[in-house]
Amino acid sequence: MSRIDAKFKELRHEGKGALIAFITAGDTSPKLTPNIATALAEHADILELGIPFSDPIADGPTIQAADDRALSAGTTPETVFKIIRDIRKRSDIPIVVLSYYNIVLNPGVENFMKKLKTAGGDGIIIPDLPLEESKEALRAAKNHGISMILLATPTTTPERLKQICRASSGFLYLVSVLGVTGARRKLSKEVKDLVKKARAASMGRIPMAIGFGISKPRHVREVLKLGADAAIVGSAFVDLIARHKNNKRRMLNELDRFAKSLKAAC
Amino acid sequence: MYVDKFPIKGKFNEFGGQFVPETLMQALQELEAAYMKLKDDPKFKRDLNRYLREYAGRPTPLSLAMNLSKKVGLKVYLKREDLAWTGAHKINNTLGQCLLAKYMGKKRVIAETGAGQHGVATATAAAMFGLKCEIYMGAKDVRRQKLNVFRMRLLDAKVHEVKSGSQTLKDAINEALRDWTTNVRTTYYLLGSVVGPHPYPTIVRDFQRVIGRETRKQILERENRLPDAIVACVGGGSNAIGIFYDFLDDDVKLYGIEAGGKGLRSGKHSATLCAGSEGVLHGSRSYVLQDKFGQILPTHSIAPGLDYPGVGPEHAFAKLRGRVKYDCVTDEEAMQAFKLLNETEGILPALESAHALAYLPKLRRTLGDGALVVANLSGRGDKDVEIAARYMGVKI
Repeated sequence: MSRIDAKFKELRHEGKGALIAFITAGDTSPKLTPNIATALAEHADILELGIPFSDPIADGPTIQAADDRALSAGTTPETVFKIIRDIRKRSDIPIVVLSYYNIVLNPGVENFMKKLKTAGGDGIIIPDLPLEESKEALRAAKNHGISMILLATPTTTPERLKQICRASSGFLYLVSVLGVTGARRKLSKEVKDLVKKARAASMGRIPMAIGFGISKPRHVREVLKLGADAAIVGSAFVDLIARHKNNKRRMLNELDRFAKSLKAAC
Repeated sequence: MYVDKFPIKGKFNEFGGQFVPETLMQALQELEAAYMKLKDDPKFKRDLNRYLREYAGRPTPLSLAMNLSKKVGLKVYLKREDLAWTGAHKINNTLGQCLLAKYMGKKRVIAETGAGQHGVATATAAAMFGLKCEIYMGAKDVRRQKLNVFRMRLLDAKVHEVKSGSQTLKDAINEALRDWTTNVRTTYYLLGSVVGPHPYPTIVRDFQRVIGRETRKQILERENRLPDAIVACVGGGSNAIGIFYDFLDDDVKLYGIEAGGKGLRSGKHSATLCAGSEGVLHGSRSYVLQDKFGQILPTHSIAPGLDYPGVGPEHAFAKLRGRVKYDCVTDEEAMQAFKLLNETEGILPALESAHALAYLPKLRRTLGDGALVVANLSGRGDKDVEIAARYMGVKI
């Protein structure tokens, strides 16, 4: 059983929801990421690491800026694999990477998945690769024991949702809003409907995680109450990293405190 | 036979496709369905043809450039897209797509623009069709194409200055895609070139084919034969595909000229097909200028409309098939051609189009003296006067 599947099984057993914490790898420097990851792993159940990309079309200003910082610090996909190896020495937390497709395609999809697995990664999310274009990546991920996590959004039709549920492994990523990543004050009204549609399509076969715009403990409580298995928080962590980039101790303390408060809501 | 080449929907062999966030898939499928239904609809076609004729001023002339011909040793005709309303071929596509948006019941259109020509053409068509219009433009392009920015505002379009990344066309497309993802239910994304996810490369090509259709008729009337060669500049590649398409099955040599900037070796260029490699950018698989890890590289061209690290997937396909020869010329060569056309013919070409003209001397060496060549004069150069003056060290 994969680390991701085992984690969801364990939490279901405890009757708890999962917290998935996203940060951009290499933000603000590749050296810092393993420390941040270890701090987050104290509370989060799954770690999502973004591989920085020059043109992140699914991301809002917060994560765009994080990608810029990481790229300026010299972060490459190879650096990210090294970061994963470093985290693995200290933690057994399931690690999922988020990468735009050109980064996966560049070294060859098969080769990329192999490297990810060897480094200790468990899953991958490719935000600009819809089901129709996923065949090669799905096959390669399967070959190397990587869970490929597909996304569904409020515009996904019920028929597509069924196909996406069938193809996705690890969990299903439900995008709560129409739009890009970024902290929002309130949860969108679309979430409820989306969870309902997704539950009907998946019939409990795969855990459901909700992301985009979730930035507060009460958001986490709300989405879990709606029936999701996990809440994904990204931009809110990235904001803290940006705000305290000149004071690392403070940054790690704040991240720890915030992750703890989110996990308490699970 | 070149035409009939879609083994998979929306693909040109391995190129093309739909590499976009899931949120946009439904919208792309709707767009495709609407377009497939309307493209052969007699009323839609009649409407579009009327707008092209009465509003854009088509057909545009095919002018024999006598003095230029003498100078370069070829018989050169210019396809005068610079004389279409708004001053470039872009209007062909924006009239088509605004009409499509109107038929689809959309009230708001958004677009990206590099040189500002597509932005102006979009704002123009939107004003005429009564659609709300917002344009994304890189901050660097806003600075160097002020005239077009003001024109868009005159047309009551909102111009968003994009300050991320390289602040050029690439980043304007990123931002337009983000807007579309957010407002997908109400908004029509009016892409300006043969790039992006399927069905855009096909839609834009189809609306630009009018250039080649007219050229074919006009050159047969004038010369009683097809040209030996056609040359056009390639950024995303819409004017080029537009003039090439109706000649693909003929014995006519086709040349697509990219922006060589300060030379390929300098790394400061936008010659995607000449110096790039296969990758995925802005929703389709094509050639891309990228580093060894797949990060998109910064580009350079004196012509803002060519300053882009991607290229239409159908061009990648034409390169693979060897049907079109792709080459590039430098900023300096384009600037010389810009001056030459002013001096010999009294025509002010866009700097983008000047890239096609700059290739004429090379064509003489390949094709021989007096060969019959059509160059696509895709736009007029009023917008570039300031850049040209600065390049020549003249203060205006």
